[in-house]
Amino acid sequence: MMDKNKQFFDEMVAGTDTVTDPYIGYNKWFAEQDPDHLTRKSQEAETFFRRSGITFNVYGQAEAQERLIPFDLVPRIIAEREWAKLSKGIAQRVTAINAFLHDVYNRQEILRAGVVPYELIAKNDAFLPQMMGFSPPGKVYTHIVGTDIVRTGPDDFFVLEDNARTPSGVSYMLENRETMLQMFPELFSRVRVKPVSTYPDSLHRALCDCAPPACTGKPRVAVLTPGIHNSAYFEHSFLADQMGVELVEGHDLRVVDGRIAMRTTLGYEYVDVLYRRIDDEYLDPLNFNPDSMLGVPGIMDIYRAGGITIANAPGAGIADDKAIYSYMPEIVEFYTGEKAILKNVETYRCAEPDALKYTLDNLKDLVVKEVHGSGGYGMLVGPAASKQELEDFAAKLRARPANYIAQPTLSLSTVPIFTNSELAPRHVDLRPYVLVSPKGINITPGGLTRVALTEGSLVVNSSQGGGTKDTWVLEE
Amino acid sequence: MLGKTAGGLYWMFRLLERGENTARMVEAGFRMALTRSTDSETEWKSVVTTSGVRAGYDAIHDQYTAKEVIDYLLRDTRNPSSVLSVSKSARDNARLVRTALTTEVWEAVNENWMVLTDLLKDTIQEKDLPAALATIRQHSALVRGALHGTMLRNDIYDFSRLGTFIERADNTARIIDVKYYTLLPSVNFVGSSLDNVQWETVLRSVSAHRSFRWLNQGDMTASAIADFLILDRRLPRSLAFCISQVVDQLDALSDDYKVTLPCNEMARKLDQGMKSRDIGGIFEDGLHEFISTFIGKNNALAMQIETDFRFNK
Repeated sequence: MMDKNKQFFDEMVAGTDTVTDPYIGYNKWFAEQDPDHLTRKSQEAETFFRRSGITFNVYGQAEAQERLIPFDLVPRIIAEREWAKLSKGIAQRVTAINAFLHDVYNRQEILRAGVVPYELIAKNDAFLPQMMGFSPPGKVYTHIVGTDIVRTGPDDFFVLEDNARTPSGVSYMLENRETMLQMFPELFSRVRVKPVSTYPDSLHRALCDCAPPACTGKPRVAVLTPGIHNSAYFEHSFLADQMGVELVEGHDLRVVDGRIAMRTTLGYEYVDVLYRRIDDEYLDPLNFNPDSMLGVPGIMDIYRAGGITIANAPGAGIADDKAIYSYMPEIVEFYTGEKAILKNVETYRCAEPDALKYTLDNLKDLVVKEVHGSGGYGMLVGPAASKQELEDFAAKLRARPANYIAQPTLSLSTVPIFTNSELAPRHVDLRPYVLVSPKGINITPGGLTRVALTEGSLVVNSSQGGGTKDTWVLEE
Repeated sequence: MLGKTAGGLYWMFRLLERGENTARMVEAGFRMALTRSTDSETEWKSVVTTSGVRAGYDAIHDQYTAKEVIDYLLRDTRNPSSVLSVSKSARDNARLVRTALTTEVWEAVNENWMVLTDLLKDTIQEKDLPAALATIRQHSALVRGALHGTMLRNDIYDFSRLGTFIERADNTARIIDVKYYTLLPSVNFVGSSLDNVQWETVLRSVSAHRSFRWLNQGDMTASAIADFLILDRRLPRSLAFCISQVVDQLDALSDDYKVTLPCNEMARKLDQGMKSRDIGGIFEDGLHEFISTFIGKNNALAMQIETDFRFNK
């Protein structure tokens, strides 16, 4: 994966040693710091995360099941005008996604118009026939979206994934900022940064704004988690805590008088909006996977009858499917009447013979992803793979081509990390968090910056050894 | 509050109390073994019995040596009541009820687990045991301090305290029960010097030897000690004290929730049963019988609490 000759766009240093505009204030501050002091601060941050239990679980590892996501103390800084453009593009895309979902589950105009092939929807596991003809409260399907964005140049932003199911990581966005505020309070008085701490309140409000018809009075929200062994459990409890709502598991809930109710010490009480952090498949053993122990039997029927709001809506995953992704520019244009502001990464759908041939011929230069995969599992990064790995993957591709898409390896931008007492560039991506309600779209300024800690590596996933940074949008 | 959350809080504090008590039992046993030259085997055996882990212990060990017993009670993960296991399960429960805890309490429980996991990763050498036990005690005090200092006095606090006192009552009762069995086959033995050493161990097991001496000026009779451990409401580990606390917490819940539940009545009955007895009568009717009955009733009360507040489905 290392390509010494390739020039990557560094967000902090342009050319040889000119600091870019957004980083000028930070750079000045940094120059005044004693590197040993920063090293100590970095260790302090780790202790802070451990003590607070901000950990994630790694699947398939018996030892050390709880890990920290490494935190780098150099912020990733975005200028206000860059952010303005980005957020406009994200809002456009998320608006289109919601319109697309409503269309796909109702009149299916986009399929009739031939913009998106019918089979791509009908044969897709993420498509839920149970949602046909149903409009969720407020017509919102994706209450929470985490749009993965990569940058390759000053004005080149690409959307890598749309994450319209249950995007995770927002707790890190919030805790990273808290950590920075604790460690370097003086820095924030020198550089004005837009706050992110409003997120939990905004989330609560967005969920309440989508209360179901059966709700009378103040909506009651709960967060549904698979339980303490889930990799993102910390985040589930964090969000429930920050919103001041109950954190429930499937066995805390049941159907009572046509509503979903949770078992309290005083009996059953209705829940109006359920922010679920379990996959569609496990949501309702009566309607989906009958073996699921995580869900609530019958919740889909209550949902369709207007007794509860489920966020994100079941079936929303059809919009962030990697095969649908390649049609996103057309989807945006179809519903908004405008050209997509944010670019899509060129995508080869291996289901198509030409694309498969191209992919096989150029495997060592491409990134190949499973259509339904996530978290960096089951993915091939061509330039980093060994000959054997390439051969094995080619065999998988030939066996099930429709299961894969391929994309060119992007020259992801770099941002410095603090390592060995100095700054060194590492590749990053960005996941801003978007809230959707009938009242509009709310994008928290910033998001989660994931950083590949290994020199030259392009894989930023936390499950694959990536770290995170605080992400600043400047107040100018 | 979710029934599950109430249960999680209750169990979290039961487990923390259990861990602390186990450490205290080890401490008393260790001291006994140091100060007496013979028959430490019997002593360690009674420590294992009192901790309620005899069956599990016997399944993997043939004898009761200090090294094996200490290891089993402090750090064997095959023993669900070992200090190490309990710190892990208490933390799991804390994670489960994270939204009900203040940051201070959560961090204290989390740190308790982190510190003990590190402390107990290898066998504790004899020379390091006192320091290790002190660390265990200290961290459990930190959790308790965080609870008292930072938690709202609402149902969250009530369920936490209920767990503590139900567990503590059970623990003190089992200590008395085991000592009664092995050492006091008949009232005539009371007062012999052997008994004094044994009873001092009992007092140490509940961290009450100094307070007892202070209150009784060295009157080390079995009946005075039994009175102290069972009926004295000044001692925070006595059965009477624990039960009166359980009654108070259940009453607070009853006020808060504006309901009177079967567990309120059961607890009050148990409390009345304590208040109406004196130690002479208890010895006359049989200490062992009294204690066994108490353990059973305390257990039944615990089950009733779980049912009344819907801890489980």
